[in-house]
Amino acid sequence: MTASIDDKLRHVLADVLGLAHDKLISFTADTGLFGHLPELDSMAVAGLLTELEDRFDIVIDDDEVDGDLFETYGSLLDFVKAKRETA
Amino acid sequence: MTPSYYPCPLPGGGIADEYALVFDQARATRILIIPALLDEANKLRHFTVEVMRRLDGAGIDSFLPDLPGCNESGQDLATIEPEDWSTAIHAASRHFAATRVLAIRGGGLLCPPAMAGWHYAPLKGASILKTLLRARIIAAREAGRDENIDDLLANGLEDGIELAGFHLSGEMLRQLQSLVPQTRSEICIVDHATIGGRALWLRAEPDFDPVQADALAAVIVMSLTA
Repeated sequence: MTASIDDKLRHVLADVLGLAHDKLISFTADTGLFGHLPELDSMAVAGLLTELEDRFDIVIDDDEVDGDLFETYGSLLDFVKAKRETA
Repeated sequence: MTPSYYPCPLPGGGIADEYALVFDQARATRILIIPALLDEANKLRHFTVEVMRRLDGAGIDSFLPDLPGCNESGQDLATIEPEDWSTAIHAASRHFAATRVLAIRGGGLLCPPAMAGWHYAPLKGASILKTLLRARIIAAREAGRDENIDDLLANGLEDGIELAGFHLSGEMLRQLQSLVPQTRSEICIVDHATIGGRALWLRAEPDFDPVQADALAAVIVMSLTA
């Protein structure tokens, strides 16, 4: 189950960033996202949040939304996993 | 493909010429395209025009009107509400003598009630608004300001608000909150899964995928010849 969340999250990011899926495979928990990838601006992050809600069937509260959530791939993955556990 | 105009009724009375991109050879099938709204309009414009090129190649006329306050329009978006967009679409439909409609994403919220056609990847007005509001609070928090959606929405409904560079009136917010895609048997819903590929409205930078344009044009051509 954990592996599939990881895999699905990589696919969502590939869709948003337009990266080939094999490049996403090289993302580690420490890979920087918001603030590190110039194309990942606030509008792209907002679209990503809505897509995460749809694909993982979770609800993201607005007070959970800040730059830290998207600081690294690992922080985003932990957040989605925690959300799935409580969903 | 040629630039054209249609007479668009203005909210305060009067008429303005709004720009439209048209493929018009006076053919039997004439499809009015209702573009995606606001930020998604930019991300989907290339795709939309490429779908029109393919329809043209298949012997179908199509018309892509500018909504007042958007794209090349000289109107101030802050004075416009979705009802004005619906009025504009109705006027464009009559002017170009459209026989069908193809709505892209939020454009489906503006479908003329009597027309048959297709709606690609529908979404609610509230979802458009939510994404724009989130973009605003993310940018604000990066800049060290703490904003929240409830307050922004409450103030915006009173005084209007700027979201992602769009100046939206209180009435625009109010109507967007409640607009939902029409579910009529005359409007065929084309989900993104049917088209395949990466959803272009999600892309951080506007992008284009010829395979997706092929797919949507094929859906339309096949359903017309079925």
